[in-house]
Amino acid sequence: MRSFVPSRSSLLMAPALAWLTALMVVPCALVLALAFFRRGIYGGIEYSFTLENFGLVLDPLYASIFLNSARIAGAATLIAVVIGYAAAYAIAAAPRRWQPVFLFFSVLPFWSNYLIRTYAWIVLLNREGLITQLLRWFGYTGEPPSMLYTEGAVIAGLVYNYLPFVILACYAPLSRLNPELAEASRDLGASAMTTFRRVILPLTVPGIAAGAVFVFVLSIGNFVTPALLGGGRFQMIGNLVYDQFLTANDWPFGAALAMALIAIMLLVLTAQALAADRAAGRVAEAKGGADD
Amino acid sequence: MTATTLRHRSLKTSAIALGLAIALSAPAAAADLVISNWDGYMAPDAMAAFKAATGVSGEVVVHATNEEIMGKLVASGGKGYDVVFVSSPFAEVLNKLGLIETIDHAKVPNLANLYPEAAKLPHDVGNNFSVPYTWGTTGLCYRSDLVKTEPASWNDLLAPSDALKGKTTMLATDRWLLAAGQLAKGYSVNETDPAKLAEVKDLLISAKKTLLAYDDTTFYSKLISGEALMVQAWDGWCNYGIAENPQIKYTIPKEGSDLWVDTMVVMKASANKDAAFQFINFMLDAKNHAWAAQNIDYKVPNKPAMESLPADFLAKFPNMSMPVAELVKFEQLRDVGDAQRDYSKIVSEIKAAQ
Amino acid sequence: MTSSPARIFGLRTTLVLVFAFLYIPIAVVVALSFNQGGLPTVWSGFSLKWYASLAGNAAILSAALNTLIVALVSTAIATLLGTLLAIGVEMRRQYGSGLEALIFAPMIIPDIVLAVALLSFFSMLDFTLGLHTIILAHVVFNLAFVCSVVRARLKSFDWSIVEASADLGASAVTTFRRVTLPVILPAVVAGALLAFTLSVDEFIIAFFTAGAGRASTTLPMQIYSMIRFGITPEINALSTMVMAVSITALTLSQRLNRGVIGQ
Repeated sequence: MRSFVPSRSSLLMAPALAWLTALMVVPCALVLALAFFRRGIYGGIEYSFTLENFGLVLDPLYASIFLNSARIAGAATLIAVVIGYAAAYAIAAAPRRWQPVFLFFSVLPFWSNYLIRTYAWIVLLNREGLITQLLRWFGYTGEPPSMLYTEGAVIAGLVYNYLPFVILACYAPLSRLNPELAEASRDLGASAMTTFRRVILPLTVPGIAAGAVFVFVLSIGNFVTPALLGGGRFQMIGNLVYDQFLTANDWPFGAALAMALIAIMLLVLTAQALAADRAAGRVAEAKGGADD
Repeated sequence: MTATTLRHRSLKTSAIALGLAIALSAPAAAADLVISNWDGYMAPDAMAAFKAATGVSGEVVVHATNEEIMGKLVASGGKGYDVVFVSSPFAEVLNKLGLIETIDHAKVPNLANLYPEAAKLPHDVGNNFSVPYTWGTTGLCYRSDLVKTEPASWNDLLAPSDALKGKTTMLATDRWLLAAGQLAKGYSVNETDPAKLAEVKDLLISAKKTLLAYDDTTFYSKLISGEALMVQAWDGWCNYGIAENPQIKYTIPKEGSDLWVDTMVVMKASANKDAAFQFINFMLDAKNHAWAAQNIDYKVPNKPAMESLPADFLAKFPNMSMPVAELVKFEQLRDVGDAQRDYSKIVSEIKAAQ
Repeated sequence: MTSSPARIFGLRTTLVLVFAFLYIPIAVVVALSFNQGGLPTVWSGFSLKWYASLAGNAAILSAALNTLIVALVSTAIATLLGTLLAIGVEMRRQYGSGLEALIFAPMIIPDIVLAVALLSFFSMLDFTLGLHTIILAHVVFNLAFVCSVVRARLKSFDWSIVEASADLGASAVTTFRRVTLPVILPAVVAGALLAFTLSVDEFIIAFFTAGAGRASTTLPMQIYSMIRFGITPEINALSTMVMAVSITALTLSQRLNRGVIGQ
């Protein structure tokens, strides 16, 4: 019986794993391989080995695009984490029976179409858009501010789209937080601020890290938001990959960029795992302390 | 018991639904021809008229830009398409890639309607692999009621007066974006000298600071709404704005323009080439081509068609009456081969610049 | 401390502001879909005309049908494969981190990377692109999501019941139908609804793996090209309808499987 179970479990897993292998692992390996070939003059692929595509990724221009994407994604992540954490905190502090309801409604927009949520910001921000209308209604007569096609618009779009996930990720550890911990801290004379900084925040780092990674990874690889809200004035890695495959026809370089994107993702995930590990250590410590 | 029955029934229903869905996802009875064109770039009733005239049905699919359709054609080897509308430098590339068919002149007798100049265009002398559909210039499209002095130079766009700052757009596609800088500098629109391209790049990066957006699909509606006051535009697309607001005007800067030519090509992978040629011939018919011109407000290289355009239409869109001899004086964008990678890189640099 | 009025006020204000931020943009889109005028920014009276014009738009109707086909078929395949995968993994109890990574990857890999990988793959195999290639691609991430929802349910499953059932002479199929399935069914359905929603909304991968023309244009692709050509109330009307569908599916999923999404 015991020896029978693993083989049956393999059988159950086989179709899905085969699917993932054929349609994810193999294609990704193919992209990795592509990155080592040369581009033909008219877009085809020349099958001769080269490292120049990876060299090109490090070219000051493309490196600066990477840095700039990281900056925009970083700003979006920071803002989303601040707002998301505050929201999660407020939800976790609400009466128990209301918490699932609040949580559900903060995630709901996330399940409406990404393009539609981005489009909503075009409607709000364009020069004849709702915000301008509101300003006029309040008696503003000057030149309408230009809000669409700015870096701020791109960041707002990213924050808006990914905020619900941060709320979700931060809520989980906040809701599991033992209220006695905060009480103990207070009893020991710590101010509310100190309690938050020294007790609550460290214990919820895993949630923050998970939310931050999600926003950062999705933002840096995004091409829709910069294209629609940036008016083509902002180039992010996602746009660059898109351009290499669909406009410049330079698949090998596009492949190298895609691999660089994966490398960044792995880096960020590793950092998150480390942060979670350290926090786990702290939780154990805090628990031990609370038990004393 | 009820639970089991229910489950069985739902399993059966889902099995049926699944079968149905798979059956539906198989390619449906497709049209005889698949034609890819820019959205709104032919008369809306063109396919119905073509079917009535020839019995051949065609489906029009749209692409937003040359680059987008090129990406698809290169990825798929052209499979799935019969006739594609692309600008001439892209037709050149498709030809060099061996993806498009030689035009069989015997099957397209209406080629005789083309202006003699349209049969001698440098990108394809003798219309061997491409048939010109529309042609024109790239210039400045602006709100004459809101722009105080009529623009005369590309520099009026690239280094605008204070009133225009943040209210200009430029085309987003590599070649036309660079062309504005190349023309302003007095260089060829096919310039490949790295030093000269670097100058063009610097000029365009400095122009970016005053730009609202890069836009090659909605610039005319930005003019109409007043979001933008002056835009780099193709003449025919400026006409879309003129049609809605006569205060919108088009001008060719003193440094000149490119001569752009949008062409029809037949894919080698097409299973229905005779019908494809039949379609091209149909489009070149004097009456149909004139009807197309009036629908899309673009100049067509068809002599009898242009001569038949009504006077009020020509009066409304002054750039439609530009003499052919003047038009063909401008330089065509050509495929620049290996330098395309430099072009792409420069455009990336411009778009990445802060 | 927990009940200081200032603190409660602060928490409530935070909630109100966050919900305003989340819902005002969507509310504006929905409200302006009923706008009479042609500008989706200035209110000029109530009208349903944009919904009527949607109903008469053949391109949108065909895109909606395509989306439905892609979502239904990919969900069906993904639900089957993802559920089996979840049972297999949980049954095994000890599993390598490689396996975990493989199952986790489709949920975290940037869409654009999977999209270009699949495009290169299909192109190299000389595969004709079409609805079927979108379906193949959507199953990849859908099965991972179904698997994770079902696994969450199985975490608390007592496998000794399965052994007991087998010991009592029930066949594997009977055991599955009578014992395992009833336990995981809500999670399976919730996972399927989740997959359906994801598939209906997915744009980037579909954009890259779609073939020529209307035959394989999905609704998000149609919306993207409409947005690129300017803003019209018709987009608002279409958006409102698409949102209604996704939100209904999600609400159902949540009801069937309380808490899974929130975990």
